[in-house]
Amino acid sequence: MTRPRTLYEKVWDSHVVVHEDDAPAVLYIDLHLVHEVTSPQAFQGLRDRGIGVRRPDRTLATMDHSIPTRDQTLPILDPIAAKQVEQLRINCREFGIPLKDVGDESQGIVHVIGPELGLTRPGITVVCGDSHTSTHGAFGALAFGIGTTEVEHVLATQCLLQQKSRTCEVRFSGRPQAGIVAKDLILALIARIGVGGGTGHVLEYTGQAIRSLSMEGRMTVCNMSIEGGARAGIIAPDDTTYEYLADKPTSPRNAEWDASVRRWRTLPTDKGAVYDRTVTIDASELEPMITWGTNPGMGVRVSEPVPEPNGHAGVRKALQYMQLEGGKPLIGQPVDVVFIGSCTNSRITDLREAASLLEGRKVKPGVWMLVVPGSEKVRAQAVAEGLADIFRQAGADWRDAGCSMCIAMNGDQLAGGQYCVSTSNRNFEGRQGKGGRTFLASPLTAAATAIEGKVADPRAYL
Amino acid sequence: MQPVNAFRGKVVPLPTSDVDTDQIIPARFLKTIEKLGLGENLFNDWRYLADGSPNPDFVLNQPRANGGSILLAGDNFGCGSSREHAPWALLGYGFKAVISTSFADIFRNNSLKNGLLPIIVDEDTLQQLFDRAARDDSLEVTIDLRSRTLTLPGGRRVSFPVDSFSRQCLLEGGDQLSYIQQKMDAIVDYEAGSANALDTLA
Repeated sequence: MTRPRTLYEKVWDSHVVVHEDDAPAVLYIDLHLVHEVTSPQAFQGLRDRGIGVRRPDRTLATMDHSIPTRDQTLPILDPIAAKQVEQLRINCREFGIPLKDVGDESQGIVHVIGPELGLTRPGITVVCGDSHTSTHGAFGALAFGIGTTEVEHVLATQCLLQQKSRTCEVRFSGRPQAGIVAKDLILALIARIGVGGGTGHVLEYTGQAIRSLSMEGRMTVCNMSIEGGARAGIIAPDDTTYEYLADKPTSPRNAEWDASVRRWRTLPTDKGAVYDRTVTIDASELEPMITWGTNPGMGVRVSEPVPEPNGHAGVRKALQYMQLEGGKPLIGQPVDVVFIGSCTNSRITDLREAASLLEGRKVKPGVWMLVVPGSEKVRAQAVAEGLADIFRQAGADWRDAGCSMCIAMNGDQLAGGQYCVSTSNRNFEGRQGKGGRTFLASPLTAAATAIEGKVADPRAYL
Repeated sequence: MQPVNAFRGKVVPLPTSDVDTDQIIPARFLKTIEKLGLGENLFNDWRYLADGSPNPDFVLNQPRANGGSILLAGDNFGCGSSREHAPWALLGYGFKAVISTSFADIFRNNSLKNGLLPIIVDEDTLQQLFDRAARDDSLEVTIDLRSRTLTLPGGRRVSFPVDSFSRQCLLEGGDQLSYIQQKMDAIVDYEAGSANALDTLA
C-alpha cells in the first residue's frame, strides 16, 4: 500500500516532471495567469532570448492593478500606467496570449476571473506574478505567487523550479456564530501565527467551519494565506466545489466532467497522512476581527482593546503610524473611508453581505464608501440583483471592476492621515495611499462601519 | 547575471522586523516596464519626507550609509507581495546582501535569482551585529558564498544556509531557465500523460 499523503503532496507528486539530486524539482504548471504589473520585464526577457511563449493555451492575461474603476472607456490619465497597460496588450498580441481586456465581459481581478471562467480546478497547479495567487487553493489546486523571473520561466517552458514545502494543517473546528464570516477566520489565524508564521509551509485548511463555507468564502481564506507567510493555502475539494464548477464556461462537460469529478474525489488528504504542524482554532468562539496595526498579523476581536506597547518596538511603531492609543478597543474610532473590494472580498457573496446591512440605511455623511466589484461579471450580477442600487441609494460610490484601493495604483487612494476600514488584504504603511491608515475587516464590519462613520460591530445589525 | 562569490562590505542597520515589500518599494513605483532605476525609490516612504526632502532620521540618509552594501534587518524581511521590484530596488541602490534571521519565501526566491544574497543568521548573531553597528558606523563583514560563511569583525565565522543549486547558479552567474530548458523532452512526455487538460484559448 502507498504511504498516506496529504492533498498538497498528491498535487505536488503529480506535477513533478523531473527531480534530480542537488536541484529543485521541475514542476509543471497547468495554468499561468498574467497581469500588467509583474509581466513586462518577463516578456522582454523572452524577446532578448529570441524565444516565444510555450503554451499560450495555458496562459491567460488581464489588466487589473492600474486600471481606473470609473470611465474605463477613457484613456488612462497616468502616462506611466497607460504605457504599462498598453505594453500588456502588445505582449499578448505578439506572443499569442488570450487577454481579457478592459471592456471584455469577463475582465476583472485576475484571482476573481480564473475561478469564474472555470479555469481554476481541483488538483491543478496555478501560478501568477502575484502573491494572492494563493486564492485558487480554495479549489484544491496548488496555487502560489511567483516573481517576474519565474514568470519568464513559466512563459518559456510551462515549468518552474521548486523546493517542496512543509505542510501545516489549520483546523477550524466548530461552527462560527452569526456575523462571523470567512474574513474573520483568516484574520484570527494570522493574528495567532503572525505574518511570518507560515513561512516555508503550505497551509491546508480543514474542519467543520471550512466545510460549511461557500467557494467564495474559501477563496477569502486561501487568499490571505500569504499574509501569514505561507505561499499557498489549500482546501480539499468537495460537493460545494463541484457544484460551483459545474456550470462554469470552460469546465469539462458530460463524460469528461464525470471523469474529472472521479479524479478530484481522490485528492483529499488520506487518513493517516501526517502534517509537519497543526494549528487548531475553535471557530465557534470567534468574534468579528479587525486589524489595528501595520501588518495583517496585528489583529484583535473588534470588542477587544488594541495592545499596549509594553516595550515592544513593533507595536509602538505601528501605534505611532496609526496614531492610536494602546489599551482601548477600536469600536467607535472614526473613519474617513470604507473600501469594499479586492481579490479578498469583492465577489458576489461579499457584496450581498455588505448590501444586506446597507439596505434601507445610509452611509454616514462625510464618509466615502467605495464599492468595487472584483470582475465585470460580479458587477453585472450585482446590478441584476439590485445590489448596485442599494449601494448607490445608501450613498456609496459604486465603481467598475479592478484592484482599486487595495493597492492604490490607479488613483483610488487614501489621503495622508485618513482612516479606512477595508475588506482588502494588506494594512502595510501607505498600502492604500501614502500616509493612509488601514483597518482590515470583513464586508459586514465594513458596512456597519460605513453606516456609523466609526468602527462598528456588525452583529448589532443582524 | 554577474557571478557572485566573496565580498567584504559595509553594514547598514535597519533594526525593524517584518519589513514588507510595500516599504521596500511602494506600489506606485511598479508602473515601470524596466528593471533598472528603482534604487532611487528604495524605502521611498521612510526615506523621504512629505515635501520630497530626505528624512534625516532614516538610515539611508545618514553618512554611515555611504558605500554600504549589506543591509542588516529584523526578522521576516521582505514579507508581502511577490514584486521582484523589491530585490531590483535593493540591488539598484547598491546592496548586495541582506542579513536577517528570516526572509519571506517569495522575496528570498526572487533575491537568489537576481544575485542579491539573503543571509540567514541566528538571533544572537543578528543582535550581536546590531549591537556592533550601534557602536561602529563603519562596521564591515565578509560574505563568502562558496564556503557559505559570514565573517564577523573579530574573525568569528558563521555559516548560512543556501541551497546548492542556487549557490552554483550564483557562483557561475548561471541562468536557471537554461536548466529547465534542458529538460524539454521530459516536459513534453509529462504533458502527453497529464490528465489536467485546460485551454484558455477556447
